Amino acid sequence: MDATGLEMMAQRVREAVADDAVVGTHHAYDSASLEVAPARVHDVLTHLRDGDEQPYGILASLHGCDYLPSEPRLGVHYELLSMQSRERLNVKTRVTVEEPHVPTVTDLFPTANFHEREVYDFFGVVFDGHPDMRRILMPEDYEGHPQRRDFPMGGEPVLFTFNEHKLPRWYD
Amino acid sequence: MTDRPANGGAAAGDHDPLAVPYREREESITVGTLERTDQPVSGTQLEPETELLTINLGPHHPATHGVLRLLCTLEGEVVRDIHPIIGYVHTGIEKSCEDQEYWKAIMFVERMDYLSYYFNAMAYCMSVERLLGEEVPPRAQYLRVIHLELNRVASHLFWLATAALDIGAITMLWWGLRERDLILDLFEMSSGQRLHTRFFQVGGVFEDIPPGWEAKCRSFLAEMPSRIDQYEALLDQNEIWLQRMKGTGIVPRERMLALGVTGPLLRATGEPWDLRKATPYSSYEHFDFKIPVGTVGDNYDRYRVRLAEMRESLKIVEQALDGLPEGPYITGNRKVALPPRHELATSMEALIHHFKLVTEGFRVPPGEVYTPIESPRGELGCFVLADGSSKPSRVHMRDPSFVNLQSLAEMGRGSLLADFIACIAMLDPILGGIDR
Repeated sequence: MDATGLEMMAQRVREAVADDAVVGTHHAYDSASLEVAPARVHDVLTHLRDGDEQPYGILASLHGCDYLPSEPRLGVHYELLSMQSRERLNVKTRVTVEEPHVPTVTDLFPTANFHEREVYDFFGVVFDGHPDMRRILMPEDYEGHPQRRDFPMGGEPVLFTFNEHKLPRWYD
Repeated sequence: MTDRPANGGAAAGDHDPLAVPYREREESITVGTLERTDQPVSGTQLEPETELLTINLGPHHPATHGVLRLLCTLEGEVVRDIHPIIGYVHTGIEKSCEDQEYWKAIMFVERMDYLSYYFNAMAYCMSVERLLGEEVPPRAQYLRVIHLELNRVASHLFWLATAALDIGAITMLWWGLRERDLILDLFEMSSGQRLHTRFFQVGGVFEDIPPGWEAKCRSFLAEMPSRIDQYEALLDQNEIWLQRMKGTGIVPRERMLALGVTGPLLRATGEPWDLRKATPYSSYEHFDFKIPVGTVGDNYDRYRVRLAEMRESLKIVEQALDGLPEGPYITGNRKVALPPRHELATSMEALIHHFKLVTEGFRVPPGEVYTPIESPRGELGCFVLADGSSKPSRVHMRDPSFVNLQSLAEMGRGSLLADFIACIAMLDPILGGIDR
């Protein structure tokens, strides 16, 4: 999608969902990106999937990232794909570390189930309404969200029989 | 927010799922928690007092192709529900990449999906090249295509070998690995390594192919189609294979799309979606090849689609060898690619570039890109967030195995446990890619 098409798309989203839904548009490296308000993610994706004249029916990927030091720090990216026009659209939203809540899109795209769990696991973004909001790759009793930029690398205690009772929450 | 853990933990408050004690989070599945109890398989009725058996399949089980743990709920021998539990080989590669220079991270991403290492490197290098605005010379693009397609054949061969082993056909294991070794010999000749070759660089490939490589590759290409004929003769006439494959694990096309499944699994349902055709990259538009599709989307279609894909890949390699352009194999931009070794003795500038690249690496302007390519298992996307330094701020792989695994429950529900094993084999999950 070119920059003009992106602006028109943003305008259509504003008209269909709400004026404050679209926070900004970015067009770089031949890809279009629509930044939306976290509370409006579900509405915007509903519109893009069903209501828009250029529908994006597939959620190709969903991933998080940490924009430290800029605020709001945490970003959630939705990579939408239209198989008809063979075009991609990146929808992203940014939330703060203090209030990391985004509505789930698992009802729109069932594929988001694992992705959202992964973002929760690594960044601590909680997807409200997700049917199974648990860690997916890290151990269930792990504390912290390791992909955040302020999470140190290494220095983690290794679980052995002699120290397993000392490790946090191991026995519960 | 004073109660936030010091190590960056979320202050999720009452919504924190970790508040539930560890032992209570993984309780057995009962009739009450089952989905789709209204659709029992033919001939069985799920009574409220029916006792369901919850068993662990894996993580150490030869049929799970790695350390995949599946919490299966059985009613007799019929699979009622499946919960995949993953993370046993999570090694934090994405986190480790943040501590490496861009060129050093290539060898980390190669180790994610360990059967399609060229594809991981390709997705990552393409993302970095897009951020840098770097053009890849035509010869490098062709060399990349040749190695990618050989890797696709090798990956499919390994899948065929292990999948047939799961069904009980051990001959296919020896045959498949025998031919895969021929491809690994080619990789060893061009890059020095059999696995995890680190052949792809940002801006091109590491080295030109050595003399004799083309002849060796052509002899492989001449040999391989008849070998695939042999596989077909071995399996397609086999009554056991056909009975285990046909009509099992069917998931409709719309459901596959909703679950985000891509690659041969999606094409087996009749959807001709292949990124090499849809959005060509790295000169794929120059080659003449077909997209094999299935009709009903059962396990047999998945097998046929992958077998046909191997033949198409061989055709692509042959065309790429025929049309291999002359010219440089890596970009001439000395800020990104190392200068040729012989220049270091005579040129001070080359020495400085070499020193800066090896010690600091190149800096990438701030930006973020998501680059998808077609791996043997589906859409492999690489997201790179650059913050202007010489290390990536975030590298994320959208691994097809990770996403495709979600369709396993749909494939297996209602089938016999033995057919479910066939579904896992036909799903082709690579746990290194799932857990990263």
